[in-house]
Order: sequence, then structure tokens, then C-alpha cells
Amino acid sequence: MENRTDKNSYTLIFAVVMVVVVGSLLAGMFSVTKPLITVNEEIEKQQNILYALGINENDESSANFVSTDKASDKFNEYVTSQIVIEGDNVTENDKAYLIDVKKEQAKAKSGGTRRLPLFIGKNKEGKTLYVAPIRGKGLWDAIWGYIAVDKDMVVQGAYFDHKGETPGLGANIKQRFFMDDFYGEHLLTEAGVFKGITVAKGNNDPKNENKTDNEVDAIAGATITGDGVTAMIKKDLKLYLPYFKKLKQ
Amino acid sequence: MGLLSKKDASLLSDPLADNNPITIQVLGICSALAITAELKASIVMSISVLFVLGVGNVVISLMRNIIPSKIRIIVQLVVVAALVIIVDLVLKAFAYELSKTLSVFVGLIITNCIIMGRFEAFALGNGPWRSFLDGIGNAAGYGVILIIVGFFRELLGSGTLLGFKVLGDPIEKTGLYAIGYENNGFMLLSPMALIVVGLIIWVQRSKNKALIED
Repeated sequence: MENRTDKNSYTLIFAVVMVVVVGSLLAGMFSVTKPLITVNEEIEKQQNILYALGINENDESSANFVSTDKASDKFNEYVTSQIVIEGDNVTENDKAYLIDVKKEQAKAKSGGTRRLPLFIGKNKEGKTLYVAPIRGKGLWDAIWGYIAVDKDMVVQGAYFDHKGETPGLGANIKQRFFMDDFYGEHLLTEAGVFKGITVAKGNNDPKNENKTDNEVDAIAGATITGDGVTAMIKKDLKLYLPYFKKLKQ
Repeated sequence: MGLLSKKDASLLSDPLADNNPITIQVLGICSALAITAELKASIVMSISVLFVLGVGNVVISLMRNIIPSKIRIIVQLVVVAALVIIVDLVLKAFAYELSKTLSVFVGLIITNCIIMGRFEAFALGNGPWRSFLDGIGNAAGYGVILIIVGFFRELLGSGTLLGFKVLGDPIEKTGLYAIGYENNGFMLLSPMALIVVGLIIWVQRSKNKALIED
């Protein structure tokens, strides 16, 4: 006798019921968790910006954010103003940190004007720093970061993150040994031309003592992720150059 | 064994040794190669798979009499994918930082052949309790190999364990590096993971001749 579960009609009904049940279960889960996840993501952005400013709880070797419950207070304390640069217009906007860099990049590609958020804050020593978000592509998926520079575009802090780089290799861009290397690096040449910072293999300066070579040491086994970091620094930070030129005048 | 019958206990212990999913059944190799460049990632992945395989096996086992055989693989895939997404959402909502650490693993769990393999080979024909034990046992067997491979790759490739510089500092030339030791960067690349897994298989089979096939 044919098994009940072998019938086509049974198979079809089972498939439909399964899809409906699993679909509504996941949709339900998603709408329940969505508000919580959004809050977490907003706090994370604040933590990222604070990290680049040097406001973090780093111990000897690992990177630690300020705790989530303190993030908003610290953010209000250390980030003095948030501005949005749109062409020649500069406006203040205290929600600038929520601007989606990915959407802005897409807008620029389709011919629109990209809104560039910039966060002006101070580090623990009270020095004024400018934090800009950057975003690009790694090996598998998106990579992004926040770079803090002073008015001469010398890097004073960097934070990188990724969506799905290889653990132990590309994922190490969010490790201290990589991020700390950017501290003090110059984005401009001595003549004031924007050169960015290259994540360089076969670097003669692995201890990164030369801060004006526009290079940091690459991670072994993470060539494409490193190239992605180089590219997003060059592409996205360059857009802020006019603002900094004006600032110096 | 008071708690488990002998047969049940072997469900837990067999996959740890003579029926290891990686070294004997040669399943789950893809993720074993991808994420073992550091020990921490290996441990996190092992725990994730332990959870998904344990729960997934129970779910499939409970449904085993109503799953149509023609689409059983699709049903298994849906179950594991749904489980993984639920775990991901819950982590993002309530343990955001942990979910950041897991990032890529969550997706990789779905592609792990061991999970589909155990659903197909065991959970479809056995009760929930035995399926649970089988899931835990196999995930542990997978985890053991992952951790061994991760240990050697991180130690020899980066000179660290769980991020601690156990062999000294390669740039400041302290510890072992002072006498000319160098990290082997090749250990960080996937081919070396395959070679390490191969070495484990070799050791295991030379110790137990019964495992050698003609």
C-alpha cells in the first residue's frame, strides 16, 4: 500500500502549510525584535564614533567600546556638533549619525548629491577632532569604518568593522593591532595633496614608525579586505577635502 | 552509566572518536577549513553548531512521521534555516555584541553538511531523545576537530592563542622570536587546514587499524 505521506496531494498541502507556518513565525519574530535591533544599531553607531574619538575602554590588547548604557551620555558629552555637508551647504543636524552611508553612495552613483555626515567632537585631551564615516567592499561583503582626523587631516583614531570577512584573516581589520596602526598617519602628502592611506604588503616599515609614508602594514592572508580598506579611505575621505581646505582658511 | 543506557551513551561518544563526522565521515570540511584560522572562532562555531544540531535533530525527529519523503530534504533545509534565523534575530535583539562576534558563522551553519547529514541519517528514523543525543554527540565530534585545528593554526600561524601572544612578540622580537623563530603565514590559509585535518586522520587511523578501508 502506498504510504499516506507519499501522495502528491499530501506533499503539496504539507509544503503550503510549512511555508505559511514558517513564514509567519519568522515574520512575527522579525517584527517583535525589529525595534530592539534598531536601538542596538543606533547605540553601536554612537559607540563606533566614540571609539574613533578615542573614547573607549580599551585594555592592553583588545578593543572595547564604552558600555551600551553609557554610550548616549558619552556621545552627547564628547560629540559637540554633527554636521551634514551637501555640496557647498553645511547644515547642523543632530541625527546626522543615523545617515545611511550606503544609501548616500547609491544616490551619488545615480547622479544625486551625496550628503556627507561629519561629527565634530573632542578627545580626552580636549583636542577638536572630526570623525567621518566610510564604507566599501571587502572580500565577501560590506566593510565600513569611522576615521577621526584633526584639522590637518592627520588620523587620530580609526574604527573598522565588517559584515562577513573571514575570521582570523580579513575579520582582523577590527583588531587593535590593525586599527591602532592608523593613529598619526597622514592622509595628505607634504604638499597638501590628498593621498589617502594604503594598506601595503611587503611594507618596509612593519612597526609603522614612519607616519608620513601614507602606508600601514597589511594583514597576512587578507589582501582583498586590505585593498577594500585602502579603497574606502581614498574614495570616501577625499570627499571631505574641500571642507578641510575651507577650515584652514 | 546510570543516566544513559549503553546504546544511548555510544550515540554521544562514537562521534567523538571512531565515527567522527570530520575525520571519518569527512563531512563539514568546508566550514572546518574556513574558520579555523583562530581558536576563538573555532570555539564559537562549535557551540553554535552544537545548539543548532541538538535542537534541529529534535524538531526533525518530532516531525519524522509527517514529513513527505519526496520533499524531505527541502523540509530539513527549511527547519535549519528557520532555526538559524530565529537564533540570529534573538541574539541581535538581546545579545547584540555576541551576535557581532558570531556574524559570519550564523550563515555558515546552514551550509554545514553534518547538520543535513544527521537529519537525514538519524533524526528521520529515531525518537527525539536519541536524536538529541546524536546531535549533541556529532556536534561535539565536529567541535573537537575544529578546536584542535584552530589551536595549531593560530599557534603556528600567528603565534597567539585566543589572541594572547604565547610565543612572544614577532615585531619586538621577544620570547621565541628572539632566537630566530618565525610565524608560518601559510598556516593561516585554508590549504594548511586541510593538511592538519589530514594529519589528524592519519594519526587516528594508524592508531585504530579497523578504520582503514581497503
